[in-house]
Amino acid sequence: MITMRFFPHTPEQIQQMLTVVGAESLESLFSGIPEECRRLREMNLPKALSEWALNRHMEDLSAGLAVSPESKIYIGAGRYDHHIPATVSSLKSRSEFLTAYTPYQPEISQGTLQAIYEYQTLAARLMGMDVVTASHYDGATALSEALLMAIRKTRRKRVALSSLIHPFYRRVAQTYLEPAGFEILELPFLENGLTDLSPLEGATDIAALSLQSPNFFGCIEDLKAGGQKAHETGALFVAGFTEALAYGLLKSPGSQGADIVFGEGQSLGIPVTFGGPGLGMLGCTSEHTRNLPGRLIGKAKDMDGKDGFVLTLATREQHIRREKATSNICSNNSHCALTAAMYMASLGKSGFCDLAKLNHDKAAYLRRQFTDAGFRIPFSSPFFNEFVVEFPEGFETTYQRLVEKKIVAGLPLSTFYPELSVQYLFCVTETTSREDMDALIQEVTS
Amino acid sequence: MKDISELKFPENVRYTKDHEWARLEGDVVVAGISDYAQDQLGDVVYVELPQVQDRFENGEVFGTVESVKAVSELFMPIAGEVIAINATLSDLPERVNSDPYGDGWMIHINPSDPAALETLMTREAYLDMLKG
Repeated sequence: MITMRFFPHTPEQIQQMLTVVGAESLESLFSGIPEECRRLREMNLPKALSEWALNRHMEDLSAGLAVSPESKIYIGAGRYDHHIPATVSSLKSRSEFLTAYTPYQPEISQGTLQAIYEYQTLAARLMGMDVVTASHYDGATALSEALLMAIRKTRRKRVALSSLIHPFYRRVAQTYLEPAGFEILELPFLENGLTDLSPLEGATDIAALSLQSPNFFGCIEDLKAGGQKAHETGALFVAGFTEALAYGLLKSPGSQGADIVFGEGQSLGIPVTFGGPGLGMLGCTSEHTRNLPGRLIGKAKDMDGKDGFVLTLATREQHIRREKATSNICSNNSHCALTAAMYMASLGKSGFCDLAKLNHDKAAYLRRQFTDAGFRIPFSSPFFNEFVVEFPEGFETTYQRLVEKKIVAGLPLSTFYPELSVQYLFCVTETTSREDMDALIQEVTS
Repeated sequence: MKDISELKFPENVRYTKDHEWARLEGDVVVAGISDYAQDQLGDVVYVELPQVQDRFENGEVFGTVESVKAVSELFMPIAGEVIAINATLSDLPERVNSDPYGDGWMIHINPSDPAALETLMTREAYLDMLKG
């Protein structure tokens, strides 16, 4: 019988290694780790399956999920079902891009380095920033790093976060900040679906004001007002997004006063999958460059005066500065960044703007169908491709009936905002057809 | 890197084991890094300085100096309050290389105990340390 076939060491090898380090047993080797930090119970894992049985098991599991395009899914809320052009899928699968890790050696990594540099350039234009890193894990980690930057820069210990920043992002930020002794002030939302900035009045101890736009309700925040408010209090303005495509239509956060911009780049050619991997986008104005964590690629000249690309400002990073680095999570989603660059280049500037407009127009169509059918739209602020609809009490039954018909009628906001018990967040992208939307309206009104 | 004999070590400053220098000017202590330190670091590209009114103990980190090779901590040569910083270094960090005891100064300190300066190394003691 083969058990633990993925553990590379035989019991004999383990014994040999223990002898070398002078430990009697594995138990004694780990004795330095406090008991309360160790898992003492058995793992209680099911028996190993054959490959075919495992495939069958996974298929059974996925059969219980609603997956696009078989199901018509009107949920965005941080992951957006955009079409991925065939050029992107083809280019990103090239083995040169798949095998490269950190391109420390510029003399053998010019292709990868240039590709990441192109990503940085495109992302910087989208975000309106001077400098953009070569990526972080996802939007949530990018937000958290942005907040830490502001804390270091201002030497203040409190940050103000809009309650309309994605709830998962806020949880990740909490995990980063609270154990380190930093405090989060959560800003409530107003009746129009925008963040209430009034709690900041007179505050003098805020390191960062952070807004997401479009926010979790799909509403477009007044970033300019946010920036002014932040700067009045001496805080940095940290603006971001979960839907990067929105900036094909909206003014960039940088042009509206953001000092640091965070975002999720999944919309840029990365599949929705099961929630990951994502693309953490993080950029800042040049004033804050040395405070920026993570990888940066720069353009330089070689001995012959020709353009070349290198890792730059690496002295901020952990492989040089160790515990004094600007962050010790400098792993990055480089392949996702490359994919995003390929996606943006494939669409081009006008294609990107056209696609953004198409998203908005389709979303506006569905929103209008809802109002025409007599449903209330609780938040009146301008939106991009997401909006909230209010249903009568007892809509859960309809919702379940629709799920059985392979239609997922939005995200119940009560999951994250218990006071919004009858409000559902809808998302429409270019992949949603008019027929599907008409069918949805028919179903919810019948 | 230069030989120690080619580097400048003025008599009128005191030195720390971490290669900062400190000089009393009236009631104020002026501090920077030594000619040896700048020579070891190579081209300085960035100097991160504290804020005026920051207070530090002797030996505490008050900033960093970044060269093309490395980032190094800057340590307080004497306890006290920072009363001025050399803001020109943000645009002209190379002054740390070209004139470490003059235009390349980093901070002015109002020392808690000016007499503590006497405990730092003289030129001779510092040279002895460098020569090992």
